[in-house]
Amino acid sequence: MDTKDLDARNYTELLKGYVKTRDERALYGAEQISKTFIKNNILPEEIVNLHIQALLEIYPELHDKIQSSMNFLLEAMISYGLAHQEYQILREKQFEIKSEIHVAARMQKMLLQSNIPKLEDIDLGIISVPANQMNGDYHHVVKGKDGSISIAIADIIGKGIPAALSMSMIKYALDSFPENIMSTDAILASLNRVVERNIDPSMFITMFYAQYKPDTGKFYYSSAGHEPGFFYHSKENSFTEIEAKGLVLGVNPDTTYLQYEQEIVKGDMIILLTDGVTECRKGEQFIEREEVLEVIRTFMHLPAQEIVNQVYRYFERLQNFQLRDDFTLAILKKVV
Amino acid sequence: MNLQIQINEQENKSIIHLSGEIDVYTAPKLKEALLPLTKEKDTIIEANLEHVSYMDSTGLGVFINALKLSKEYESKLRLVNLQERVFRLFQITGLHEIMDIHSTIRGVDG
Repeated sequence: MDTKDLDARNYTELLKGYVKTRDERALYGAEQISKTFIKNNILPEEIVNLHIQALLEIYPELHDKIQSSMNFLLEAMISYGLAHQEYQILREKQFEIKSEIHVAARMQKMLLQSNIPKLEDIDLGIISVPANQMNGDYHHVVKGKDGSISIAIADIIGKGIPAALSMSMIKYALDSFPENIMSTDAILASLNRVVERNIDPSMFITMFYAQYKPDTGKFYYSSAGHEPGFFYHSKENSFTEIEAKGLVLGVNPDTTYLQYEQEIVKGDMIILLTDGVTECRKGEQFIEREEVLEVIRTFMHLPAQEIVNQVYRYFERLQNFQLRDDFTLAILKKVV
Repeated sequence: MNLQIQINEQENKSIIHLSGEIDVYTAPKLKEALLPLTKEKDTIIEANLEHVSYMDSTGLGVFINALKLSKEYESKLRLVNLQERVFRLFQITGLHEIMDIHSTIRGVDG
C-alpha cells in the first residue's frame, strides 16, 4: 500500500469514527492528516474525491442527490488545485533565485578585500555590512612601496544586483591605475569617465578617495559627491567635517575634481563613512550626524578595528538589527 | 509612506507637484511620470518638491536621469521649493551646481 492509499484509509477511518462519536480526537486526526496531504502535494479536488469515496464506503446507500452535490463540489475545487500547483512552482523558482543571489553575493564578497594592509604609522579599521545580501558600498585599500596608503570608499546608487555588478567595474578600473603616482583628483576624474560610459542613466556612484603620505605627513583627498567624513584633531580634542566639493561619478564625462590636503599628527583620526551610517533611524526619526561622533568618542581609545566594530554594533542595536542601508565605516588613526 | 504626483501642463511648461517620500519604492513611479516630460523640446519642466519630506539616493538618480534627458532633448529641468534635508542631498552630491534649483524652504513636514 503506498502512502496515498494509506492516507485514504486513515481518512475513511477517521471520518467513520467522527460521524459515530463526534469525538474531538478524530478532529485532531483530521488536522494532522491535512498536513500530510499538503506535504504530499494532494490537490483539493483529490481530497473531495477521497471524501466521496469514504462516504460511499460508510454509507453504501448514500442519497443520490448528496452524491451529485459532492461531485459539484469537486468541480468547484479544480481551480484551487491549479492555483496550488502554481504556488508550488513559484516556490521552487523563488528558491532558485535565492540560491543564485547567494552565489552572486559570495562572488561580491571576494571583490571586497577582507585583509587590510598593516601600516607602521596608521592604524586602520574598516567595517562594511550590507543591508541585504548584496552590498552597494565599496571600499578599496592599497599600500604603496613608500609606506603611503590609498583608500577609497564608495556608495553605488541603484540597489541590489545592478549595483553589485558596477562594483566589479570600479574595482578593475582602480586596479588599472598607477594609484601611488596619481593625485586623488586625477583618479576620480579618470574613474568618472569609465563610470559615465558604462552605467544606466539613473545610476551614479559617490566616492571619497584619499591618500596618506608618510614623507609629508599629509592626508590628500578628493570627493565625488560623497557623504562627508570627519577629522578628529587630537590637540583640540574636537571633530570637524571633511569639506570637499565634487560631483558624483557618472553624470558628466568632463567633470574635474579638486585635491585637498590636511596635515595630521599623532593621535589624529580620519573617519570615512557612507550614508548608511548617518541615515540610521531611531524609530521613524533620523539620527543626527553629531550622534555618530558621540558614539565614536565613546570608543575612540580602542584600536581602529575595534572602534568601527563597536560603532556598528551600537547602531545595529539602535535599529533593532534591521539595517535599512548598507553600512560602511573606516577609521584611520595616526599612531606614531 | 506614499508619493503623490500631480502634473499641470501649460504651454511650453509642465509643473510636476510631488508630495510624500521619494525612495527605492516610489522612485519608479516618479521616473514614469517625470522622464516623458523631459522629451519635449524647448519646454520647461518644473518639479515642485515643497511637500517631499524625504528623498534617498534612488530618487536623486531619477533627477539625474531627467537632467541627462533634458540635455539630450533640449528641454529645461528646474527644481523648486526643496526642504532642507532634501536640498542637503543635492548639495553633498554636487548636483546643486549643475542643476537649476530655485528657492529652498525649511523642513515643514519634519
